[in-house]
Amino acid sequence: MSQTAATADKGYTAARERPPSSVAGPVAWLRTNLFSSWLSTAVTLLLGYLILRVVISFISWALLHAIWSVPYNAQGQPDTSACIDARGIGACWAIIGNKYRLILFGRYPYAEQWRPAICVVLFLALYVVSAIRAFWRPVLVLIWIAALAVIGVLMWGGTLGLRYVPEDEWGGLPITLILATFGLAFAFPLSVLVALGRRSRTLPAVRMLCVLYVELIRGVPLIALLFMASVMFPLFMPEGVNVNKLLRAQIAIILFAAAYLAEVVRGGLQALPKGQAEAADALGLSYWQKTGVIILPQALRLVIPPLVNTFIGFFKDTSLVLIVGMFDLLMMGKVALSDPPWQSFSTEVYLMLAVIYIAFCFAMSKYSRGLERELGRAHRR
Amino acid sequence: MSQTSVTEHIIPHMVDTNKPPVIILDKVNKWFGPLHVLRDVSMTVAEKERVVVCGPSGSGKSTMIRCINRLESHQEGRIIVDRTELTDDLRSLDTIRSEVGMVFQSFNLFPHLTILENCTLAPIWVRKMPKAAAEDVAMSFLTRVKIPEQAKKYPGQLSGGQQQRVAIARALCMRPKIMLFDEPTSALDPEMIKEVLDVMIELADSGMTMVCVTHEMGFARQVADRVVFMDRGEIVESGRPEQMFGEPRTDRLKLFLSQILRGH
Repeated sequence: MSQTAATADKGYTAARERPPSSVAGPVAWLRTNLFSSWLSTAVTLLLGYLILRVVISFISWALLHAIWSVPYNAQGQPDTSACIDARGIGACWAIIGNKYRLILFGRYPYAEQWRPAICVVLFLALYVVSAIRAFWRPVLVLIWIAALAVIGVLMWGGTLGLRYVPEDEWGGLPITLILATFGLAFAFPLSVLVALGRRSRTLPAVRMLCVLYVELIRGVPLIALLFMASVMFPLFMPEGVNVNKLLRAQIAIILFAAAYLAEVVRGGLQALPKGQAEAADALGLSYWQKTGVIILPQALRLVIPPLVNTFIGFFKDTSLVLIVGMFDLLMMGKVALSDPPWQSFSTEVYLMLAVIYIAFCFAMSKYSRGLERELGRAHRR
Repeated sequence: MSQTSVTEHIIPHMVDTNKPPVIILDKVNKWFGPLHVLRDVSMTVAEKERVVVCGPSGSGKSTMIRCINRLESHQEGRIIVDRTELTDDLRSLDTIRSEVGMVFQSFNLFPHLTILENCTLAPIWVRKMPKAAAEDVAMSFLTRVKIPEQAKKYPGQLSGGQQQRVAIARALCMRPKIMLFDEPTSALDPEMIKEVLDVMIELADSGMTMVCVTHEMGFARQVADRVVFMDRGEIVESGRPEQMFGEPRTDRLKLFLSQILRGH
């Protein structure tokens, strides 16, 4: 029987096609991983019971006993007594239905909120396009510039018959996406330059400057940097010159993120064997050719996990701009909860915010793992 | 074609002594920190000459060969390659590097590029060759090192001997005037050394100027016009291979030969 499935060369032991079924398959997997001994069986059963309890009570709270809407009186005030009665038993999703536009778009004029909505969709489209490797060519830069211009026009308005909306009235998800997208899109190239500068052997002045930049910026909390940008920076500007608050916070985030990313990138540069640079040198490639074609593609691939780690961290850190009076997504959740009838339903609002943040962060992490795998296929050693 | 691999025929000398040398090292000194690694190293290499450099580890032979295309910079003395003196001037450096091919002990292929891309990279970026032409050149050299069928693979999928042959083809694609080999077979499993040496012997046969750091004495005997023995950063002895291996003059060379021959 083994002869049919085996490939036998004369004089060699025949190879069999698969290991015996007692060590493969789902039943074997369960036995080795969950029920290998009486202790592990006991732990499996106990944990299984606990998980089941939590899941069941969450479903009961979030779905079965949830209150989806509440009646409104003649003045438009909600009557939340049903929700208050159900506290601890069922979720009050009515608050989301009542407040979602405030949370997502902040104080942007209510009638104009289709504009930030389109912007959010544009941002998402931009991410998807950038994630597809077929678009990794110079035209992508043009796509970005075009998309960001459209977003600017939509948000500010003032042309094409759109009402002008100053950025003080912006808020919610668009603010978070603007700060995160611009922040990382500018910080990443800057960080690569800083990392390269920090390793330069021929330009000691540049190296010193890069070390100084990284150490200074990294040594300061982001909150302090945001404060400096919004409070101290205007003091140094001449009378009448007014750089707007959003831009100032944006620059602070870019500078801060770049300092962190630069160290991540430097780690990748250091991990690369010296022979790679030497081989490129020996072939006569110039510094920028060597860096762009040989060094960076390999170094950046090596640091995808810590790079994405930092990206995710900064996506969430954008919520710190609330300290300088900007209304990002998280801050808008707080604002929504300050409305007296809804004050006691923070769990529901924060759950919704968590779902939004998780969706973005999970997408980043999932994409990075796919990218790593795809690039790794070509890199087997 | 000549029979290169099986019979150990001695490749005839092609050196024209009337022509000026293509590599001149004139009292070259180099230090790594307090360590004096090259001490008054002087030698010349003529066009089409094949020089084998040998010596114990730490003798400075790799450092010397790396100075010739300035992967290391020397601190005293002069190095003149193809009538250009090596200085800190970047433009002349890029010119020299594109004229001098180098093969490393650890291959140093670019793992994120295919074999073909490894070979076409420098011709396209440095020589500004059109992609199709560069690929033709690359395929012809890959055929010469007997692995054209691997062109679409990545370096990690090849054996050590194949990788080193690709590295030789990659260097040849730049059509260098001089080839430097820095212990090209030292990182290879024994059964793969021969396939790399065969390629190098064929290259020698074609009249390439070669400077080769190696411990392969059979190769030196068959190919070298001249063997240079280095020890502790200086050139101790140099001469024709049969004279160097047959009747060494210095005790240091005698000791070295007895040490490496014991291993064979």
